Amino acid sequence: MKTFNFKSANNIKEASKLSSSRSTFLAGGMTLIPALKLRLAAYSEVINIKGIKKLSGIKASSKSVKIGSITKHVEVSNSKEVKKSIPSLAVLAEGIGDPQVRNRGTIGGSIANNDPAADYPSACMALNATIHTNIKKVTADKFFKGMFETNLKKGELIEAIEFQIPEKSAYAKYPNPASRYAIVGVYIAKFKTEVRVAITGAGNCVFRSKELETALSNNFSSSSIDNLNISSKDLNSDIHASAEYRAHMIEVMAKKAMENM
Amino acid sequence: MTSLVGSRVERKEDKKFLTGKGRYTSDINLVHQTYACFVRSPHARAKIVKIDIEKALKAPGVVKVFTGDDIAKEKIGGLIAGWKIVSQDGKDMKVPDHPPLAKSSVNYVGDHVAVVIAETLENAKNAADLVNVSYKAMKAIVDPGESMDSDEIYEGIEQNLCFDFVLGDKGKTDDAFSSADKVIELDLRNNRLIPNAMEPRACIGDYNSSTDDLTLYTTSQNPHLSRLVLSAFGGIHPEHKFRVVAPDVGGGFGSKIYAYAEDAVVAWASKKIERPIKWVAERSESFLSDCHGRDHITNVKLALDKDNKITGLKVNTIANIGAYASLFSTVTPTYLYAPLILGVYDIPTAFCNVKAVFTNTAPVDAYRGAGRPEATYLIERIISKAAKEVGMDQAEFRKNNFINKFPHQQCLVHNIDSGDYRAHLDKALEISDYKNFKNRKSESATKGKLRGIGFSTYLEACGIAPSAVVMSIGAGVGLWESAEVRFNATGNVSVFTGAHSHGQGHATTFAQIVGDKLGVAIENIDVIHGDTDKGPFGMGTYGSRSLAVGGSAIAKACDKIIEKGKKVAAHMLEGKAEDVDFKEGDFILKNSNKKKTIGEIAFACYLPGQYGEVKSPLPEGIEPGLKETSFYDPVNFSFPAGTHICEVEVDQDSGETKVVKYTAVDDFGTIINPMIVEGQVHGGLAQGIGQALYENSHYDKSGQLTTASYMDYTMPRADNFPHFKIDYTTTPATSNPLGSKGCGEAGAIAAPPAVMNAVIDAIETEVSMPATAEKVWKKIKEKHSKKEAA
Repeated sequence: MKTFNFKSANNIKEASKLSSSRSTFLAGGMTLIPALKLRLAAYSEVINIKGIKKLSGIKASSKSVKIGSITKHVEVSNSKEVKKSIPSLAVLAEGIGDPQVRNRGTIGGSIANNDPAADYPSACMALNATIHTNIKKVTADKFFKGMFETNLKKGELIEAIEFQIPEKSAYAKYPNPASRYAIVGVYIAKFKTEVRVAITGAGNCVFRSKELETALSNNFSSSSIDNLNISSKDLNSDIHASAEYRAHMIEVMAKKAMENM
Repeated sequence: MTSLVGSRVERKEDKKFLTGKGRYTSDINLVHQTYACFVRSPHARAKIVKIDIEKALKAPGVVKVFTGDDIAKEKIGGLIAGWKIVSQDGKDMKVPDHPPLAKSSVNYVGDHVAVVIAETLENAKNAADLVNVSYKAMKAIVDPGESMDSDEIYEGIEQNLCFDFVLGDKGKTDDAFSSADKVIELDLRNNRLIPNAMEPRACIGDYNSSTDDLTLYTTSQNPHLSRLVLSAFGGIHPEHKFRVVAPDVGGGFGSKIYAYAEDAVVAWASKKIERPIKWVAERSESFLSDCHGRDHITNVKLALDKDNKITGLKVNTIANIGAYASLFSTVTPTYLYAPLILGVYDIPTAFCNVKAVFTNTAPVDAYRGAGRPEATYLIERIISKAAKEVGMDQAEFRKNNFINKFPHQQCLVHNIDSGDYRAHLDKALEISDYKNFKNRKSESATKGKLRGIGFSTYLEACGIAPSAVVMSIGAGVGLWESAEVRFNATGNVSVFTGAHSHGQGHATTFAQIVGDKLGVAIENIDVIHGDTDKGPFGMGTYGSRSLAVGGSAIAKACDKIIEKGKKVAAHMLEGKAEDVDFKEGDFILKNSNKKKTIGEIAFACYLPGQYGEVKSPLPEGIEPGLKETSFYDPVNFSFPAGTHICEVEVDQDSGETKVVKYTAVDDFGTIINPMIVEGQVHGGLAQGIGQALYENSHYDKSGQLTTASYMDYTMPRADNFPHFKIDYTTTPATSNPLGSKGCGEAGAIAAPPAVMNAVIDAIETEVSMPATAEKVWKKIKEKHSKKEAA
């Protein structure tokens, strides 16, 4: 770890004021701290935003669930509102990392980092979430740009993530046995007007599966996945899984999600 | 008094570990301490063209930067292989120099190039980034299967061959195969593992120029052996002025047997700068530079007669030794491996050839089981395959070929003193409810899962080892163990052992032995180890030897105490020594009501002349004091054996395998503490199941370790395992006074074939370790497409 200045912000304005081109925000630190320790990243200022009360908490309405950006995974998984409105989101949060990560890691940190194998981005895409930042509102479809890339600008701070409440939804992931990140994670959400399916872990960034959305829109049942042949084109191939296996596991996890619905 | 031996005595050492009061090497900080950061090779194979340290030297806080040239100038010796193997052509093995800091070439990613010593760790790390090394990268030799056909890594080591070892009677074995009724064959890969002790390696060199004393604190399983190697071969400091301390050590599994480059460098460099130097490995450094384990490519053939009796066994192995020959790296794939290929079976003839090859990967050395897991894997896999091919039940085929009479001289090396293989097999069949397996298989099928059952009836050779035997086959040292049992005047006991505890629970187990032997309460017995300044020279802990060898030395020293005590007691009780009995802490004069407690005797021994009834309690010719030393050399190896039965469920959709039932019935001889033994079995099983299903080290074609973190290297976790069913059968060892055989490695030895036999039983096709979900899925798919094609 290289030396840095540690500052704590009490409110969003202060956080914004403290930030510069050589600073970073610290929420749960579950990715940032290891990166600093491994010297993969170095900043002159680390700005702690954990004390900003406005960024924490869960609010549910009849149409949406809005979760503050520094809300911890364990708070989402234990939340009565989330369990009632979007139970699959609580299930997802309960399956992130390990207890230590879930007790520190935050939803905002996860989506700002946009790890291609992280769980939350798939929920944002499938549940047609709106990302509220200190300067804009943006839909999830536009927020996730590429591997570890979002449309956040330097110094921009996520305030909350607002998920639309679907009629039905489910998330199923096949975790990497080493890291327990998703090798493939499939999030299926059925709304009145559409079916949205988001895939994480399989590509270089979370994406929506048109094949699955079309098939499930025509017939929202597990059997409609049977005859799909998900293409392995553009899917990741690495020491943990080939693109072919990932394509296969998209089908398997999609069916599992449908069964868990 | 109830016996301590055989009781589930709670571990005396647990309180400090569970409350964070342990004292590990990295907990030690010395006055004027500096910090070391090693500059490591980013290339698997390269010539060093130039090392420019100018910028680093000028960086803030830097005290000194050393390179291989500095060490070479001082004529510091390299790291050694401690066991000489002779090839089948009669020539000695070939090993390259292994300088602690590279001289002209680097040979694996992580190889040590330079060391930066600075006032703080951050200073050292920042400056290490500024050491500018120009490399001429060369094509890395990564695959052991291709190494012999690749260009030479080291000049003069043709075919990259360290040795070409043979064991057994080739002619007789060839004859057995030509007259065989059936021949079964298998090609196997024993996957490379990374040990991953919970505590990473660490060391502190501390030289005091005023007294010329050098102290090395290090994470070692055998501090005396490390001192010997660094002193006799490294020439770093004379043994009598060199203290090596291995304080609390958080796991070793073999990886902390060896004196590493970092030990040599911080010890030596501390003399140069006359300040303490501390180095603590980061986890990624552990992945790169701890010695790895296993990595064999093996072809095995089994000959059977018409009655399905085994008539011969042939094994050809290529063993990857990595970039350098580490301390035990040459004995692991030879004498710890080849004699064990026979397993628990009565096999009349066998032949084994092992070609050990160098590659541009981290050195490979002993890792929990060391050679025996590799041997057990091949024999238990081919036995399983043979039973299937001849259509016999797995248990029956094994029983048909078991050794039934003891002692049994095997056709290769070992003379097995004791065992009862049918007993543990029968017990395991019962506990695992083998007879109802078919019902469980159908039940799994209703959930879409393929269920399989796998056997492993293993044999190991532990209690390493009779010195005369091992030195006649190339060992550089004898493998006896030492103990000193020291009564203090007030009647409590300090026990010094040459064995080292880094999780094994010696503080408890050894105290149980002493408590029973001497009739002293366990809380009045303290076990001291891990410091060359305390207690006699010892050989350390590996090869499941601590109890069988080290514990026996303690028992022998206790016997000597009792012998002396009897003389003193006889004198005090006015009788003859031969008329004194010793029982549960009392010396009793036969046919009288006169007795002395061992505490009274100890007191009298330390305060002769002060003690009551007679003028001096010590008879003529008996020296004051009550402490005895024993150096115990075992008469033979010990031979733990057992039956493990594993059941798995394979998910057909994902290919994921889950171990759903696991039964282990082991014969460890006499058990001192069943609770500690259970812990050892659990840990071994976790590692063995880990090897079978999860753990794999992967080097890419350029020799980069792509599994160098827990993000990529799958360490098994609690949720990967079912509740283990563990039981024992007991045939005491005859080779040591305790009757113990050793239990530390059994799980890691027995489990991989048990799990893999179960997976293969489930999917009805071969698959290699680790049987990852994707691999299994592909095998299932291949099988289906073959079926459809047919």
